[in-house]
Amino acid sequence: MVSEPAVLLAEATPGPARVAASAATGTAAASGTVRELQERIKQMQSTRLSTRSLQTVPALAPLLPGGALQAGASYSVEGSHALLMALMAGPSAAGAWCAVVGIPDFGAEAAARAGVELDRLVLVPHPGDQWLAVASAVIDVVTVVVTATPPRLSGAVAARLAARIRQREATLIVLGSWAASEATLRITESTWGGIGQGHGHLASRQVLVSSAGKGFSGQKRQTRLWLPDAREQVRLVNPGFGAGAEGGWAQTDLADEWAAFAPEKLAG
Amino acid sequence: MVVWVPDWPVRAHALAAEISPDSPLAVVDRGLVFACSAAARAEGVRRGQRIREAQAKCPGLLALDYDDALDHRSFEPIVSALEALMPGVQVLRPGMCALRARGPSRYYGGERQAAQMVLNTLASLYALTAEGGSTPAARIAIADGRFAAEQATRMPGWPATPAQTHAPIIRIVPPGGSPAFLAPQPIEAIGDPALATLLRRLGLPTLGDFAALDFRDVRARFAEAGVHAHTLSSGSDVRRVVPRLPPQLRDVEMSFEPPLELVDQITFAFRTASERFVAELTHALLVCTSILVELHTENGAIHERSWGHPRWFSAADVVDRIRWQVQGRTGAGNGALGSAITKVRVVPQEFDSIGNYEAGLWGSTPDDRVHHGLSRVQSLLGHEGVMTASIGGGRGLAERQVLVAWGDPVEPAPKVPPPWPGAVPLPAPSTVFERPQAVTVRGAKGEPLEVSQRGVLSGIPSLFLPVADEPGAPVERLRPLQGWAGPWPVQERWWDAEKARAFHRFQVVDASGTAWLLALHDRRWWAEARYD
Repeated sequence: MVSEPAVLLAEATPGPARVAASAATGTAAASGTVRELQERIKQMQSTRLSTRSLQTVPALAPLLPGGALQAGASYSVEGSHALLMALMAGPSAAGAWCAVVGIPDFGAEAAARAGVELDRLVLVPHPGDQWLAVASAVIDVVTVVVTATPPRLSGAVAARLAARIRQREATLIVLGSWAASEATLRITESTWGGIGQGHGHLASRQVLVSSAGKGFSGQKRQTRLWLPDAREQVRLVNPGFGAGAEGGWAQTDLADEWAAFAPEKLAG
Repeated sequence: MVVWVPDWPVRAHALAAEISPDSPLAVVDRGLVFACSAAARAEGVRRGQRIREAQAKCPGLLALDYDDALDHRSFEPIVSALEALMPGVQVLRPGMCALRARGPSRYYGGERQAAQMVLNTLASLYALTAEGGSTPAARIAIADGRFAAEQATRMPGWPATPAQTHAPIIRIVPPGGSPAFLAPQPIEAIGDPALATLLRRLGLPTLGDFAALDFRDVRARFAEAGVHAHTLSSGSDVRRVVPRLPPQLRDVEMSFEPPLELVDQITFAFRTASERFVAELTHALLVCTSILVELHTENGAIHERSWGHPRWFSAADVVDRIRWQVQGRTGAGNGALGSAITKVRVVPQEFDSIGNYEAGLWGSTPDDRVHHGLSRVQSLLGHEGVMTASIGGGRGLAERQVLVAWGDPVEPAPKVPPPWPGAVPLPAPSTVFERPQAVTVRGAKGEPLEVSQRGVLSGIPSLFLPVADEPGAPVERLRPLQGWAGPWPVQERWWDAEKARAFHRFQVVDASGTAWLLALHDRRWWAEARYD
């Protein structure tokens, strides 16, 4: 349904798209253009009248549809608290309240160091069988709600929750899978620096984060991030490459970056 | 008129701790003896001694920690009884209060009669309460000024026990006789040790000698502090008795007959009382920000706990606090209620003007909304259900993150956090397990590893499984480690047998690139935290 107008539009567009499509070697570029246009159409055909973006850490922008967390949307993160914290850091620094429901192992110190204001962080470690009631009550008052879903959650309940999020303009970040999420972020590769065989200590980490979901119309994006770097910051590895383009990360000067940031760690 | 019950703090603390006030006791404040019982004094214990010194003098000495609130609270019934008798009571400190003598002495037909009246009241008060031990030997002195009366109560020559006649317990300095009465008193009585020492060295050993000086000379030499002392010692104490305003009691209590056992019954019964409590406060333009809830049980025990509130207590909040306190107590564990509840009492502890908490014209601030929502969650899950975190001190990870229930005061973190040598190096792990998880770490050939007494690791950690070891499981299940660091010895609180911890920390990176913080204790491996 979406693809048809996109194709029409792509054909109707004068200039670069048609030129690229006509070029014998330009199929890849054409598909990129088509995808870009599809996204524009999707934004125009959005079910909501307007979406409000929350402030987000710049390094995560390429991984999120629209370049930022949207109020009233849900996202999911698989298997990484550090990614959760990086997602929360932006809104929290901008003055939003955050709540973590049902994650008793959440590391508060790491969250504080990642940029989450502890004064505006609320923890509900053990909601028990009251999960839905707690989550709904928290969604009413808190901007960013991070939660782990109970193992069995019916589709109706999830839909009710999603409706509530849209209505309250909260942002839901689910640890685990969540059918209605705009994007699912997961770490596919992780390399630690600073630790050797029996010496050093963990200092910095490079990760390859992949993001997929309906916000990207089923496509997958990957970005290489420092999570965290040696100065405990989350940032893109070599920002010139990762930004905007899917799979556009380059492995060329990785070693240079390692050397620049943790020269003594390379020895291991 | 000054009424003094000697050794009041000792008495109050002894009764609270259910010890006889006649045994050798000392109330200790910051390592120094604050007050001691007569038995201890007979052994040579004095106020202001260090606790070691006092214990050396009197080996059987029982030391109690000084609690200011307890002291004042226990004196309160006496003050109320005196207020009922004659108006204008000023509490100088727990155990001593000043009254205006002129009015009562006219009313009761003489100063001695008025004083006798006070004594009788105190005696009957103690006969009624029957708290055991001896009746407190109250002393009453009447003089022109507060200072003279106070000195008269302190002067030696009082009977040791009240068993003797009542007459000597009252000492009256005749009108205008204060200077003559004070003159032979030692100079230390002025209550300023530095000045007293100086005056004694200047050859003025008594108050009379000091009072004989011209006050202009005193002012020139000792400035205002000296003039004040000079006025006191010359018997012209101009300080008036400043009567306290009797506090309006705003506590609510409700007795249950028959005693109730179910939480819902108690909270339902208390609902109207708590509404009345809040309505009365609102009427007085006050809000309550902290309350003390007392639960009296059938077997006579009292459980009390104070509850804070980030804003102020509404009727529903008060009922919630009672519910949580009862629920917390009825569960298993220490302090569980042994029997049904006969009485619930709510005492407001802190007030504030209602004006400081008024909602804005266009609704309340976002933080108020957050608070209301979270209070709802708290009423679902209990007080400890919603937490806020702050970063505290310590070397362990779990002890660094301090979780405080929503609404309880958070201790402010120090501006410059103190260094914790031996703490886990940054970055902090993003997952800190509530309970350490058992994991498996083996050497390259699957052999178990241990750290010797000298901190040497027996092999190289090479294989890892993030679950507990099963005996007889094949080594193939274990995955190789990418990197490791350690062992970092941790020895904490070795002086405390119960809290002592000794283990070795490791950081490892597993095959998937996830890093772990592990602890090796007694050949068993635990995961404390994960960097995921």
